[in-house]
Amino acid sequence: MRAYLSRRYRLSASHRLHTDAFTEGENRAVYGKCNNPHGHGHNYVIEVTVGGSVNAETGMVCNLADLDACVRKEVVERFDHTNLNGDPLFQDRVPTTENLCIDVYQLLAKAFDKAEVVRVRVEETSNNSFEFPLQTPNAARC
Amino acid sequence: MILLTRKAEFSASHYYWNEAWSGEENERVFGKCANKNGHGHNYTLEVTVAGAVDATSGFVVDLKQLKDVMEREVVGVYDHRHLNKEVPEFAETIPTTENIAIAVWNRLDGKIPGAKLHRVRVYEMPDLFADYYGEP
Repeated sequence: MRAYLSRRYRLSASHRLHTDAFTEGENRAVYGKCNNPHGHGHNYVIEVTVGGSVNAETGMVCNLADLDACVRKEVVERFDHTNLNGDPLFQDRVPTTENLCIDVYQLLAKAFDKAEVVRVRVEETSNNSFEFPLQTPNAARC
Repeated sequence: MILLTRKAEFSASHYYWNEAWSGEENERVFGKCANKNGHGHNYTLEVTVAGAVDATSGFVVDLKQLKDVMEREVVGVYDHRHLNKEVPEFAETIPTTENIAIAVWNRLDGKIPGAKLHRVRVYEMPDLFADYYGEP
């Protein structure tokens, strides 16, 4: 039987939303306070969902220790207590939480081979969250 | 169609152990969860049903009925119990969060008047949860 397991991780990082494609005025108009040249930070919550058949011997989709180790290595150690704008992934892209969410999904989908990474959800604040990719199991039943 | 979710809580103990394995193998795979004296959690259960909104009542499902079914079929059976020792479906199935979600689905599927079960989500802790959508 196919089930899904989700685990939440935390990391703190700073960023500045700014693109050279806009003028200074446009950057301020589009990004508002997030365009502050000195940057600002968030406590991000990274919710990772993996899916797969429940292993008959272990009762698990995958061993949590394996998932924890992968997320720690690929995501938490990479981004925690850093400035996202300095990461190679954001040299030519704005480190919005949309982009961070997509990148975290792609890093984990590539690195984790014990189960399928089906969704990453990132909470930038308790009021803002982002999910990628859009997948709704069982949608046909609705 | 619309989705409606109802939460409930239960507290239970469990441990992870595969009788086909040696003690060392169980401890290697399951770590602290293999302690046969058990340990416990405050579980949160989220049951999501899908259905059409009834034109007269404005309900997808009568919440009182949904609450009663969840209480009778799940909470009353699991709450303040040792899952491995006192709940029949875990006599030979390890009560992982995934298996609890599947077991709750099997207990509720077909018993909710007027709506279809869409998802069962079981939180073992606020940062760890399993979803089951009835997929084979």
